[in-house]
Formats: sequence, C-alpha cells, structure tokens
Amino acid sequence: MSRLPITKTPKVYVGGAFIRSESARTFPLQDAAGNFFANIPQCTRKDLRNAVEAAAKAGPGWAKRTPYNRGQIIYRLGEMLEARQADMADALTLGGATKAAARKEINATIDRLIYYAGWADKYGQLLGSVNPVAAPYFNFTVTEPMGIVGVIAPDEAPLLALISLVAPIITSGNTVVALASSAQPYPAIVLGEMLATSDLPGGVVNLLTGFRKEMVPTFATHTHLRALAGVAGAEDCKALELGAAESVKRVKLYRTEVPVDWYAEKAQSLYAIRDFVEFKTTWHPIGA
Amino acid sequence: MSAGFPNAFRRLCDEIGPVDAVGIEERVAKYATRSIKKASKITGLNLAVSMVDLTTLEGKDTPDKVASLCRKALHPHEGLNVPQVAAVCVYPSMVKHARRALGEDTAVRIASVATAFPSGQAPLRTRLAEVKSAVADGADEIDMVINRGAFLAGEYQRMQDEIVAVRDACGTATLKVILEVSELETYDNIRAASFLAMRVLRPGDFIKTSTGKTSLNATLGNNQVMLEAIRDFYLATGTPIAMKPAGGIRTAKQALHFLVAVKETLGDGWLNNTRYRFGASSLLNDLLRQLEKEKTGAYQAPYYFSEAAESY
Repeated sequence: MSRLPITKTPKVYVGGAFIRSESARTFPLQDAAGNFFANIPQCTRKDLRNAVEAAAKAGPGWAKRTPYNRGQIIYRLGEMLEARQADMADALTLGGATKAAARKEINATIDRLIYYAGWADKYGQLLGSVNPVAAPYFNFTVTEPMGIVGVIAPDEAPLLALISLVAPIITSGNTVVALASSAQPYPAIVLGEMLATSDLPGGVVNLLTGFRKEMVPTFATHTHLRALAGVAGAEDCKALELGAAESVKRVKLYRTEVPVDWYAEKAQSLYAIRDFVEFKTTWHPIGA
Repeated sequence: MSAGFPNAFRRLCDEIGPVDAVGIEERVAKYATRSIKKASKITGLNLAVSMVDLTTLEGKDTPDKVASLCRKALHPHEGLNVPQVAAVCVYPSMVKHARRALGEDTAVRIASVATAFPSGQAPLRTRLAEVKSAVADGADEIDMVINRGAFLAGEYQRMQDEIVAVRDACGTATLKVILEVSELETYDNIRAASFLAMRVLRPGDFIKTSTGKTSLNATLGNNQVMLEAIRDFYLATGTPIAMKPAGGIRTAKQALHFLVAVKETLGDGWLNNTRYRFGASSLLNDLLRQLEKEKTGAYQAPYYFSEAAESY
C-alpha cells in the first residue's frame, strides 16, 4: 500500500520553541537540482524583536551558570551534532555540497564547538588580570558578558560559519539572535533541532531565517542588541555601522568581498571570545 | 444563610441575565486581531498613558519610593510629549507622602487601597476607619475590596451595605470597588457582583477587576463581562459607571487590546481617564518604550525605561 508523503514543515528555533514567522510568510527553497524542497519561514523585524525579548529572558540565567557548566553544554551540542551527522549532511548536500564536503564541514563544526567548550572555563584566567598599582589596592580585571549579540551568517559554509560566529559569543555568557544564510537556510533549521536537545537553555541561541535586506536595518538600530557579528557586503556594513553608532553597540564584521577561510586554524581563537566581553576593573583596598 | 443562596442567586440572575462564557471568549479573541498602526497607535498609547493608575503596593514601599513614583507620574518621560498619568495608587500609610510629593495643585490624583486590602478580612469599623484616615490624608480616590465571603455565601444585602458604608465614608472621594474576580470563580458571579456594586455606586465611581495580589488578574474575558455589565446598567438606568482592570497588564499591546474592548463595547464616552483606568506598575514603562520606538523607529531596550537594571 502506498503511503502519503510526510514532508517536514521547517520552523525556526526561537526562545526554545519552534515557530513560524509572525508574518506567516514563507519563501520557497530549492534543492541543488532546482526542484522545490520546502517553504522556509520568512522572518521579519518583528520576529527579530521577539527573538531579542526571548534572548533577554534567557540571558541572566545563562550568564549566571558556571563557566564549567557552559562548557559542558556547548560540548553536549557537539555530541548532538555528532550523533545526527546524517541529518545535517543531507541538509548541506541540499545546497549543492558534495557528500565529502558536507562531512568535512560537519567535522570542522563539531571540532569548533569542542574547541570553545574547552575555553569556557579558561578564557577568564587569560583575559582577566591582576594589575600592579602604586597604592594599597588589590586591583583586578574580570570579564563579563555583554548581553544580546546579533549575528548575520554568510552564505558560504552555512553551518560552519554560523557556529564559528555563535560559539565564541555564547561561551562567555552572551545570548545570540542569528540570521541564517538566506541562500542556504536549511542547515540552520536542522541545527535548531539539535540545539533543542543539547541542554542549552531556550532563548540563548535564537535562529531566524529570511531576507537580509528586511532584517539588517533592525539589527542595526535595535538598542537592546549590544553587539553585532557576522559577514556583510559593503552596503550592509555601512548600514550596520551607522545604526550601531546611534545605539552604541560593538561591531565585528567580516566583509563579503574578502573571503574568509572558516576551516583555517585562525578562524577560531581566544580573541573571538574577547571580542564580545566587557572588562570590569575593581579596586579593592588592602589596608596599610 | 447558605440555604437561601441558590434562590437568591437565581433571582439575581433572572434580573440581570446570564453570561455566555463561550461567546465572551470568542468575542475577546477577536480584539487581538485589530490592526492598530502609526498615528492611531500613538494616539492609543498616549491615551493609555493618561489612563494609568501608577501603582506601588508592596510591603517594602518607603516614602522615598513613593516620591519617585510621583515624580514619574508627573513627568513620565523627558524626551516624549506624553500626558501625565491619571493617578498614583498607594497604601493608606503612603497617602500623605504622595500628597507631599505631588503637591495640592496637581491633576494627578491620589488613589489609596483601603478596607484591609487585599483580603478585606477585617471588622467593618476598622475598614471604615482606614478609609476615613486615607481621605483625611489627602486621597482623591479609594479602592475598596468587596466582602467576597459575604457574596459567595449569598449575603448580598450585607455586601451592598458594606459598600454603601464605605461610599459614605469616602465623602467626595471617588470610590473604586474591587470585585477580585479570581475569587468569584465564574463569569456569572462576576456579572452578578458587578450589578450588586453598581446599584449602590454614584455616577463616576468605578468597578475594578482585581487586587493584583492573586494568581489570576485582569483578563480580556473578565474585563469584557464587566464592560457589558456597565453597558447594560447604563442602558437601564442612565448611570455611567467607570471601569478599572488591574493586575497582569504589563505590555502596551495588551493595553491596546483592552482599549479596543472599551471602544467596541461602551464607545468613545468611556475612552477617557474619568471612565477607564489601568491599574499597573510596569505598564507605563512599556507604553513609553513603544512610544519611543514609534518616535525613533528603533526598538528600545527595556532598561532605558527604569526597568530593574540587569545587565541584559
């Protein structure tokens, strides 16, 4: 007996739940051969606003976790990806990647997660310091998370680049609202399903799909976003930087025109964590 | 008394008519679908600001906290051209501090909860003394709680007599009667209690949903039941009674939904702060936040509007 085909409705992962766009709009996604594959949520600035609210709710709890526990959870995300490699490989080959390339990207992504999981309880010692001062004070500098960070992921390496941007940000206790690649959003949809089973509290990572030109102005001007990371073309970079100046947020953008090798050793570093922490220096009197 | 309760309730229900609970839920679900944008949204948000009873009812209230609440009531935001709020709402012991902070010559009124708020479980003479002392300290409005025990036991006469006693103790102060809908259990009871209260109120007095101290507060559903009671009472007697939902209204979007309910049930006559109020503590912040968003076009962080200052 023939079965009815059961196709999946892709939904985005926001605030720990799988949602459609509040606008109810979708855009069709084709596979590499040009055949219709699925309708992807076309998120709007209001979805971005809602995701920021979700991130704000999750933030204080995530930042209060011990660094060790954050490391465990990011490691667990790596485990989830390892266990569901086949699903993710399908999502990547959908966009035209060969099986070998997909495998390579997934492996690099898992390794990147493990790399930052390891840093979670170590970056504080290296970025913080005890400072010599010419007075009877114990003077020390510690790091604190910034808050909610907006991420705009590129089209190339749709999984690896997204994780390479998100992982260092959440390692230090920030939360993320990320816009996945418009051309290849499906790996981010599958990633959402893995985040949901990874012990990562809902709202720490929020993944949106949709069109850049609709979302970039809101990423730029939303004052609750404390920083922006990602890859953008010259025009978007300008819009993001102008909006960021108005709302005083930190910007770390790669330019689309300058290709980034996400597989390279230097695509991961302690300094990627440092980019999204605030430093707090305390003067503590030590008596005569 | 309880033996007479079913009959008393049935007689009252026959007079005022029952509530179609499913119909109410269906009706209020539609209010959230109205599209209110741009100019009408700004008008609605400003109207909501002018209807706020800015409230602090906590054991940890201090004179200074009340004073800063009053400053906020007078000048909600420096960058926006917003109206003052309707009133501040405080405990009786804070009324004199609020009066000192607001001054005598102000449009912002002072509301005080009284009558052993929130339970109402104190002897009547104690409750009346509380009302009189709040009015003597300078309260313009008194928020009383009804005797839910008497209502649920079917002792309607006693419940009304107590409202009358408090009304008389108010003098010229406006009276707001809190039904505490979460303890009345059903929409029929809410409608019945609304009518019992309205029959002894003066024009311009309020009925109010909740104390804000229980798990269930103002909802569009119980707001709608009370608005329809006000409408039916007005059509039957010509006496306009005002309405105040309180508790649980935290966002500007919710406030607009409530205003839609007022507009579509009672009409423009109730769209002002002598006929409709919001009892809320954090709503004002979100209203200002959305007004600032409308002005600048940029979504605003809540910590720009005196929310509890967490790093997020």
